Amino acid sequence: MKAKLFSYNYEDTFIHRLSGFTKLICFLLLTFAVMFSYDIRVILGVLIFSAVLLKISKIRWSQIKLMVLYVLIFLVINALITFLFMPEQGVEIYGTRHPIVKLFGPYTLTQEQLFYQVTKFFKYSSVIPLGIIFLLTTNPTEFASSLNRVGVHYKAAYAFSLTLRYFPDIQRVYHDISQAQQARGLEMSGKAKIGERFKNSLMIVIPLIFSTLDRIEVITNAMDLRGFGKGKRRTWYTRAKMVQADFIAIAVSVVIFAITILISTFINHGRFYNPFI
Amino acid sequence: MTQPTPIIEFDHFTFQYYSQAEPTLVDINLKIYPGEKILIVGPSGSGKTTLGHCLNGLIPFYYKGSSQGSLKIKGQETKDLDIFQLSKIIGTVLQDSDGQFVGLTVGEDIAFAMENDCVPHDEMHERVARVAEMVGMDHLQTASPYELSGGQKQRTSLAGVLIDNVDILLFDEPLANLDPATGKIAIEIIDDIHKELKKTVLIIEHRLEDVLHREVDRVIVINEGRIIADMNAHELVCSDILIKNGIREPLYVTAMKYAGITLRPEMKPGHIWSLDTGTCNEALRRWNRSVVPPVPLDAAPSILRIQNLNFSYDGVRPILHNIDFDVHEGEMISIVGKNGAGKTTLSKIMCGFEKEDSGAVLYKGQDIASKSIKERAEFIGVVMQNPNQMISKNLIFDEVALGLRLRGVDEKEIKTRVEKVLDICGLAPFIEWPISALSYGQKKRVTIASILVLNPHILILDEPTAGQDYRHYTEIMEFLREINKTGITVILITHDMHLMLEYTPRAIVLSGGEMIADAAASVVLTDQHIIAEANLKETSLFHLAQLAGIPDGTQFVQNFIDYEREVGK
Repeated sequence: MKAKLFSYNYEDTFIHRLSGFTKLICFLLLTFAVMFSYDIRVILGVLIFSAVLLKISKIRWSQIKLMVLYVLIFLVINALITFLFMPEQGVEIYGTRHPIVKLFGPYTLTQEQLFYQVTKFFKYSSVIPLGIIFLLTTNPTEFASSLNRVGVHYKAAYAFSLTLRYFPDIQRVYHDISQAQQARGLEMSGKAKIGERFKNSLMIVIPLIFSTLDRIEVITNAMDLRGFGKGKRRTWYTRAKMVQADFIAIAVSVVIFAITILISTFINHGRFYNPFI
Repeated sequence: MTQPTPIIEFDHFTFQYYSQAEPTLVDINLKIYPGEKILIVGPSGSGKTTLGHCLNGLIPFYYKGSSQGSLKIKGQETKDLDIFQLSKIIGTVLQDSDGQFVGLTVGEDIAFAMENDCVPHDEMHERVARVAEMVGMDHLQTASPYELSGGQKQRTSLAGVLIDNVDILLFDEPLANLDPATGKIAIEIIDDIHKELKKTVLIIEHRLEDVLHREVDRVIVINEGRIIADMNAHELVCSDILIKNGIREPLYVTAMKYAGITLRPEMKPGHIWSLDTGTCNEALRRWNRSVVPPVPLDAAPSILRIQNLNFSYDGVRPILHNIDFDVHEGEMISIVGKNGAGKTTLSKIMCGFEKEDSGAVLYKGQDIASKSIKERAEFIGVVMQNPNQMISKNLIFDEVALGLRLRGVDEKEIKTRVEKVLDICGLAPFIEWPISALSYGQKKRVTIASILVLNPHILILDEPTAGQDYRHYTEIMEFLREINKTGITVILITHDMHLMLEYTPRAIVLSGGEMIADAAASVVLTDQHIIAEANLKETSLFHLAQLAGIPDGTQFVQNFIDYEREVGK
């Protein structure tokens, strides 16, 4: 079968075996660490670390290709806009100005700006592998139970996990509907004009919504009939016991987190690492 | 002897949905006693599902309406109970065994009700293990729904309600999405649980013959919101209540009627296994000899040829292997096989949605490999199983016109073509209607019309009658027969055995990606090997032939088909 976007698939790896709770905690710690720090050494460290984890978790490129592509496009646009609106941001931050090349109008590319934007680019990129690992190696119910454990209401947590779980199904239905509509003459390729394409995509989305609503009714009934939502809390059948590996993983994340904070506080004396002075 | 107290008691019970002008249930009086096994039959829209919803609390918890009279379960008025309290007394197994699979594994799904009761983790695992064993799923506790067969999913759903130790089990159309073999197993599981655990069992279904595969205490017939009959199966099949209320009678009963036999309750005709044909064997044999086989027609030229076709999604696991057959012009043919046999994939290849790895699809002798989806749609139209997955416009006219508009046909021609097609499809009176106001069967017609308007020569339909009651089934199939008579070749992907028997003289059987038969429907439904491979079930006509001492059961089935076609004309 074709690999589906966002679909959890079980492999027997170290990372898959960790409990969902552990993964959520590690994800939050590491993400917070890179989000806090503007030190490119720390960021690259985390990026390499998460790339290694990605490798370990046996996630295939085909599974994440689309997601990575979208994020990259977003990052590139983000970088361009940052430069357009705040070309001197780097200078402000680092307090020096080393121009590299004068562009047009008021725009000059400076070493500071380049360094700042490269740092920022890697900072965001290093979160992607972490997010991907968390999403793709955590079984949706465990995901819900971990969210619940960190304080999210179980109804919200369950809704989120059901969405994740049905995502592959909805993609399949989307694919089927799209084929059937193409058989009726729908043009989905670049040949159609933008306006046309928007109208055409409605022809797939509308049936998709209606057939999805049918499914939601069934699952809602099934859940109501078995007492979902009657209490303020619920327990979870799938809750992997915390084992040694979980504590080690959390400990490693805590250490990385602590190092980031320590570097910022004692070495950089701020969130930024400044190589210019 | 004192009369036991009923566990369920309807007393002048009337229910009306807020959204409806008329009550859906009218003055229902019904007593059900502990340990009984009751079958509730009725056509679509009869109110049988509403009755089930009133029992399990989905009414008024999810579906709102007003009720009069009284409905007591275990002596308590249901008005005073909420859905959660009711769910501890009455466990419901819904029809869609995929849709109701809440958990991600068997164990988790079974535990769902306990999770909501905040049962501690360890106790939960222990109880799940116990119940899983009860339904024979103990070895599959960690399996995900995708790895399970239809029967295993049913077992899991059943375990999910048994975990609460409910007194009553309610099955809402348990057979609706199951193939014949799995349906048979489901009925056996229900029966075993009933016998072992002494639960009160209610089965809501319209497929009467399939449920009567095992014994039931009473059959309640419901139509237009009222109880029409409350009797045992033997009396029921002897009466004309079934036919009058749009419920299909068992096939062997139909055959006996053809043979001029008057059924009497003493013959125990409620189940094929209890039937005593001693007094009427001669009549059956005589009728069997009297059927004149139709003159065989010369085979029409091939319109679609599947030639040594191979296909695989991942290049490793073959989905279709060396499929080779002809579809003749003007034929009505079925493609059958269990889920995952490759039926749908085959239809996708015909339409160009997927591309064959090797082999070819020939249309009137021409290889169509180079034709795109859109080009193929000019001669092969495909109708999806779920009409909601095709309909994207509000008005019937626009929906049917869509394919033509996308092809840039001028508006004047569109008007004439759409009107003509709507006329053929019996939808002309609704031309200005919004689609949302149509019934499921009518929506199905709209989707068929929206394909027919493109003038295809071949029409492929995926499970056109799935989940339909007898009346809608007949309506859809007779309509397709009419379409077929206009010269359009019809290919049906199905596991409905009645459909095969009554409408398609020839069937292609797929199993595990291989074509295991290309034969007459009468052969397919009586050959043990094919039946097992394709998850079908032997037709009761074959048993009837055996009972009557007719050696060639297959011929008997063929005679039934021929006779019916002759009478049908």
